[in-house]
Amino acid sequence: MSMNREWTPNIVAFCCNWCSYAGADLAGSGRMNYPANVKIIRIPCSCRLNPMFILRAFQRGADGVILCGCHPGDCHYSTGNYYARRRMTVLFSLLDYMGIERGRTRVEWVSAAEGAKFAATMNDFVKTVTELGENKKLGDLRCKK
Amino acid sequence: MIVNRLQELLQDDENLQFVGWEKGETPFDRTPKTFTAETLGNLCYDSFCGSNLSKYLLSQKTDKKTVVLLKPCDSYSFNQLCTERRLNRDAYHVIGVGCKGKIDGEKIRKTGIKGILSVREEGETLKIETLYGTTEIPRKDVLLDKCLACKGKEHKCADEVLGESEDTCVGDKYETVAKLEAMTPDERFAFWREELSKCIRCNACRNACPACSCIKCVFDNPNSGVQNKAAADDFEENLFHIIRAYHVAGRCTDCGECSRVCPQGIPLHLLNRKIIRDVNEFYGDYQAGDAIGQRHPLTDFTFEDSEPNAERKGGGK
Repeated sequence: MSMNREWTPNIVAFCCNWCSYAGADLAGSGRMNYPANVKIIRIPCSCRLNPMFILRAFQRGADGVILCGCHPGDCHYSTGNYYARRRMTVLFSLLDYMGIERGRTRVEWVSAAEGAKFAATMNDFVKTVTELGENKKLGDLRCKK
Repeated sequence: MIVNRLQELLQDDENLQFVGWEKGETPFDRTPKTFTAETLGNLCYDSFCGSNLSKYLLSQKTDKKTVVLLKPCDSYSFNQLCTERRLNRDAYHVIGVGCKGKIDGEKIRKTGIKGILSVREEGETLKIETLYGTTEIPRKDVLLDKCLACKGKEHKCADEVLGESEDTCVGDKYETVAKLEAMTPDERFAFWREELSKCIRCNACRNACPACSCIKCVFDNPNSGVQNKAAADDFEENLFHIIRAYHVAGRCTDCGECSRVCPQGIPLHLLNRKIIRDVNEFYGDYQAGDAIGQRHPLTDFTFEDSEPNAERKGGGK
């Protein structure tokens, strides 16, 4: 069934509750366009993101994973995003080393006031991932329908 | 010599226990073991004692004061475990033992020598007694891979040092990492797929790793949804090794135990070494276990850290 349809990437966006999730909300209420294949998962802080979540997302069919958090310095818990920044730098570099293209993972800082930035970021990320094509590397065939 | 010194220590305090190595079943086997005053005679230290005793200490905790033999590379792991408060530095008397590089039994087997009965060391050569007579091979040809990337022979936490050391490091330890980084993502993926698909999930890498010291591992939790068995699927193999390597990020001392114990010969240290290289490059040079009480780079931050999206070819600058 889905074979006939044109392939569009599945994007999982992990958004911090305090900034980016509200930013996504603002993008919505401002009627800005961003692709519908972005699935937003709300997390309490960008540093809540367990590396396993990212791998699981890829397993269950995500083609790209993006983490959105508060701008450095604006974390609701003061320092969470600084830790997240280091962790994700090292993790994404490791994933790249294992052959998961750099373009499939991204971190962006989006504040609650930046609805436009949220939409622009998602548009750009979807474009990048579309160019990279379907993620076959970490996908688990059993999770495909 | 070492046993004599240990017996001297026993005269001061007869309640001591000793952690060292014992001869195993094959000519190359040296098994970590706890000794008491009666069994101390079985303790052996030679060129086959490649295993890192720091992790073994975790399972051998008692009220008694413990004397432990640590090679220079093991001392990093010991410091790291003390930093993480898994070991209490005061409960141990650390004897730093000299190391001239340890020998890899697998490499001896791979030279094609059959019917090995015993192996004797004479200076720079190994005399191998076989069913078909005696053969000699140079010692430096069969050193463990981890010894070829040695961090140096300085004892980082010894109360006393016995024996001489000799540097065994050859070449650049990041050479293979750099070679992998220069490949395309698809080539890298194919390389890792080939290596990781050999994994039989024996968990030896996890059990031997001195940084992997959680009391309950995420992979032992049935609720975490991991299969925890060999060849469940490609994803599981990748997941296990990515998480294993990432979990020790910043804490891995590059002791090389993961690769040494792997029965399938997967070069697992290449994952850890990549992280070490990245951490050094992004956040300044750092050696885990250099001293007790260090704060490791992933539990620290500065306001000026680089952004995760910065363009890097395979992590290199």
